[in-house]
Amino acid sequence: MTTAKPPVNYSHLLVHIVLIPVCIIMVIPFIWMVLTAFKTLAEATAIPVQIFPSSLRWENFVRLFESFNFGTMYTNSIVATVLRVTAQVSFAAMAGYAFARLRFPGRDIIFAVLLSVMMIPPVLYLIPKFLLMAQLGWVNTLQGYVVPGFTSAFGTFLLRQFFKTLPEELSEAAKLDGCGPVRTFFWIMLPLAKPGLVAFGIFSILWSWNELLWPLIILNSPEKMTLSVGLATMEGEYVSDYPVMMAGAVLAVMPMIVMFFIFQRQFIEGIALTGSKS
Amino acid sequence: MNVVFWAYVLIAPIVIGEALFALWPLAQSIYLSFTSWGVFGQVRWTGLENYSQLLEDPEVYSALRNTIVIAVASVFGSVSIATFLAVLLNVGVRGTSVYRVLLFLPVVTMPAASAMVWKWLYNSDIGLLNSALSVVGIDGPAWLTDKSYALWSVVIVTIWNEIGIGMIILLAGLQGVPKSLHEAAHLDGAGPVATFFFVTLPLLTPTLFFVVVTSTIGAFQMFDAIFLMIGPEGYALDSAQNLIFLFYKQGFIIGDKGYAAAIVLVLFLIIALVTALQFWLQKRWVHYE
Repeated sequence: MTTAKPPVNYSHLLVHIVLIPVCIIMVIPFIWMVLTAFKTLAEATAIPVQIFPSSLRWENFVRLFESFNFGTMYTNSIVATVLRVTAQVSFAAMAGYAFARLRFPGRDIIFAVLLSVMMIPPVLYLIPKFLLMAQLGWVNTLQGYVVPGFTSAFGTFLLRQFFKTLPEELSEAAKLDGCGPVRTFFWIMLPLAKPGLVAFGIFSILWSWNELLWPLIILNSPEKMTLSVGLATMEGEYVSDYPVMMAGAVLAVMPMIVMFFIFQRQFIEGIALTGSKS
Repeated sequence: MNVVFWAYVLIAPIVIGEALFALWPLAQSIYLSFTSWGVFGQVRWTGLENYSQLLEDPEVYSALRNTIVIAVASVFGSVSIATFLAVLLNVGVRGTSVYRVLLFLPVVTMPAASAMVWKWLYNSDIGLLNSALSVVGIDGPAWLTDKSYALWSVVIVTIWNEIGIGMIILLAGLQGVPKSLHEAAHLDGAGPVATFFFVTLPLLTPTLFFVVVTSTIGAFQMFDAIFLMIGPEGYALDSAQNLIFLFYKQGFIIGDKGYAAAIVLVLFLIIALVTALQFWLQKRWVHYE
């Protein structure tokens, strides 16, 4: 059996001709990061540029953990991200549900205030937040880094919009069955809101993992630092050891890239969602 | 009664958190901007002194200029490239999802890591960029330490970083444009370019407006790339630092938290004004049905 060859679609071909080089340019930094991570210092700094390492230097990764506090920083980043994301998603879901579905005095005013908080650039809070942490004695501690990031006005807004789209009859039915607002929330609303929770959770993980400015200000000793701050200040100590630095960069970006590959659809729908909901 | 009680319980964490870490700091920031900080941390009420100092500070003016250049150039660059790519992806060629993933990768990458690589690519002696340029006979500049290039090097990285987000939102917007309109335009004899400019683009303007407004707000607050690639001690810092960076330097390196608060409040006013201006201008170019 022979299959007829489809005719060449020239406009599609043109699209590929444009997109392939653009994608290559966009991806070069990643390729270079990985290639450099496996080079020796001599190979990395060779003139003319040597593109491929002569052999895979896994010891760059080993050195990262041995002579640099990388393991500790990795653990710090994971712990901080887990704490912040858990808190952000739970608190935003609770409040989002209340704002969307419950009637209580002051609801609209409080929600309007939250919305306006969303409009204010977060850098405006940095100094007073830092001073507050200093008063509590929380500078250079895990709680000083994570606690101010436990709530998200954006997440509350996003999940409120999400709860609004769920059918009203469900909560009515639950009410008739004698469910109070809390049980309705946990047993009926929360399971239905899963796509919204996942979308916000993904963003929350991404922001928390990649954040630089706040941890840079609040954390200052290497054993407390997160990966982001660690990499940013690494250069001072290892000025010329580019392959080791790139090995660190590879390990730091890996979890988010893996997460992106797994949750691609949710990522993309989540962004489209925020685009349309705002 | 019961419902009201539980509603307050449910919103309590958010309300307390935002009050403590957003509303109270906001009020504090305004207060701090009227104070001066001594070397030993003693705080003194100085009224409008910070603001008058700010008006006479040449560093503030150059930072303001850099802020605007970075914002305009990176928003223009990233939104136009993102629109172009979204249109191409909307054609629906094979492998669209692969292209989408690759173009989106910079968005999920930790800035501290990507800046490290970019710095390495930009390196004037052994960097990939100048090596590639030397192949075609161009002697590349010192991208990050030359005062006439540093700002643009930062802008390029920012654009690289931002394209993916805009592209995804615009692609979703494009998919909302009814296919029947394209067919109608095609039947009327419009070519693909004319269809794009007279049918697709006008219908895409609400999405474009959203992308422009949000990325402008973000671009005014760009910090990571300057800190990571130019650095607080960078030779070309003056030519690249924006208001956020100046705020960071004054507040956390020099330690004048009052002056830093004044700088960041001025930046906030500028962002608010620019956003208001964008909303006011939208009726000139945004088409709502």
